[in-house]
Amino acid sequence: MGTMCNRKNIFNGLGLLCFLLLPPFAIQSEQEYLLSLFTRILIYGLAAASLDLILGFGGMVSLGHAVFMGIGGYSVGILAFHSYESLPLLSWPFVLNGTENALLAWPFAVLVAALFGIVTGAICLRTKGMHFIMITLAFAQMAYYFFVSLTKYGGSDGLSLYNRSVFPALNLGSDISFYYLCLTILLVFLIIANRLVRSHFGRVLSACRENEQRVQVLGFASYRYKLACYTFSAATAGLAGVLLVNQAEFISPGLMHWTKSGELMVMVLLGGMGTLSGPVLGAATLLLMEDFLAMYTEHWMIILGPFLIFVVLFAKRGLYGLLMGTGGNHD
Amino acid sequence: MLLFIEQLLNGLQLGVMLFLMSAGLTLVFGIMQVINLAHGSFYMIGAYVAATVAIRSGSFLLGMAVALPVAAAVGMLMELTILRRLYKRDHLDQVLATFGLIFFFNELTRIIWGRQPLFMDVPSWLGGAVELLPGVHYPVYRLAIILVGIFVALFLYLLFSRTRLGMQIRAGASNREMVAALGVNIRLLYTLVFGLGTMLAALAGIMAGPILAVEVGMGESILILTFVVIVIGGIGSVRGALVGALLVGMVDTLGRVYLPDILSLLVSSATADTLGASLASMSVYILMAIVLTCKPAGLFPAQS
Repeated sequence: MGTMCNRKNIFNGLGLLCFLLLPPFAIQSEQEYLLSLFTRILIYGLAAASLDLILGFGGMVSLGHAVFMGIGGYSVGILAFHSYESLPLLSWPFVLNGTENALLAWPFAVLVAALFGIVTGAICLRTKGMHFIMITLAFAQMAYYFFVSLTKYGGSDGLSLYNRSVFPALNLGSDISFYYLCLTILLVFLIIANRLVRSHFGRVLSACRENEQRVQVLGFASYRYKLACYTFSAATAGLAGVLLVNQAEFISPGLMHWTKSGELMVMVLLGGMGTLSGPVLGAATLLLMEDFLAMYTEHWMIILGPFLIFVVLFAKRGLYGLLMGTGGNHD
Repeated sequence: MLLFIEQLLNGLQLGVMLFLMSAGLTLVFGIMQVINLAHGSFYMIGAYVAATVAIRSGSFLLGMAVALPVAAAVGMLMELTILRRLYKRDHLDQVLATFGLIFFFNELTRIIWGRQPLFMDVPSWLGGAVELLPGVHYPVYRLAIILVGIFVALFLYLLFSRTRLGMQIRAGASNREMVAALGVNIRLLYTLVFGLGTMLAALAGIMAGPILAVEVGMGESILILTFVVIVIGGIGSVRGALVGALLVGMVDTLGRVYLPDILSLLVSSATADTLGASLASMSVYILMAIVLTCKPAGLFPAQS
């Protein structure tokens, strides 16, 4: 355990150092595009880590996780849209105006994502295995088509923002401050999530993954534990969506397409399931690979596909598992 | 009323396509316990091969005769090399590996055929329309699709209930070890079932060719509907796939036509159009959520 811990700490410390030093490096070498690429890595890393919470720890294989990103993003986008047009979002039963203030819009967006999570989760968690995969997929598709049909907000063409949200004492328009904000949010989430999975709550959750019946016999209401975890994960993915819409200043239903959910799953597996910081590594690997391969060929997916199959068949524990050596085990 | 009959036939035709897709997939689900996201790729491969041969030779039937065995061969090769290793793995691994296969097949198709969609003509001997009832004209080609669907449903029913092979497949689904111990080559059986499934998917793709554009990604759009069908019908049940396919085909088709009209009785017509269109595309997923909430194992759970 001792050396394991060290190796893990070294890995996490080095990772953090890389992320901290990236902006000065990018500016020094005049490669500003690196900054936006790594901001996206941080954001997708947050979403993938939140998926890892339900996938790796709760054993809930969701093929619709990107939908929460979309809902979080659209909430911010729609509020900003109403603020530009100075049209109230709601005029009855109470007046609700649009806003660009991050302190109002962001918590609202996270709340909407969490609400969608708790309602759909309550239904999805009644099923198991293959049915769970399919019903999470179905809810995601439902939301996808819902936003496609919202012609007022751009329909399938998507919605553009004029500028990023307004944050007190922080200029989000500057790519560097936005980058460090994303990094801080990711770190805070990783610390909370790490505490969470080691807590009583996390233990019950992992036990549900191994043998739910036994957990129930021991007197735990496993359904409530899973639903709470699902909702927390949904809220975090919603926050990732909020950041993504701010980064790109654009959102479209494409973000909710089921292949996006599939990509999040790929990030989790590539990095290492049930490790929390692994999926961030997975997100970095996938996005960098995309970026790198796209320089050489437009047909980079022909390499990515077989690579993915190879990882599933032969390197199940992901890159994080490889780095941690043979003795590593996530619990 | 005449429009209604026509829409009913359209729903039936979509249902038949979905049945062809879901019959193969539900067999693979039910018997091998494997989730195959790449099932839509065989639909695409079937359509591309058939379109290429048909455009070159001018014969739709020749295209079909070439595409079916090609798709089956690709499917069986995939089963032998990759899927076979996934039978004992958990669903997550199956989802991810077959997701990788989708990337591969889509990109391969793009490399071979390019980004432009192919257009296939309806064969001349199936062109035109017939008058089914006084005033109801319906394209012959779409009727032919419905007939093919009925034929395939009958064929599957006879295969499973009347032949030795069908009996072995059913036995293999309920107890793999026992069947293997009795001297049946279960691995070969699985490969054959997989080949059959891919051939049905390719058949659906070939028939869709003249109606839709043959393009990369055509497999994914029907794949999700196919999943909905299977989950509604009950995973592993061919009968469930048939009922689910017809249900989804009808709800989707009729919803698109009539929901805006029905809603316009309640709200202003502009709102009804947008709301109706969005409700219509969501309707099958709502149907699935309702079915799963009431009957978590689907309408016809396969005995296991």
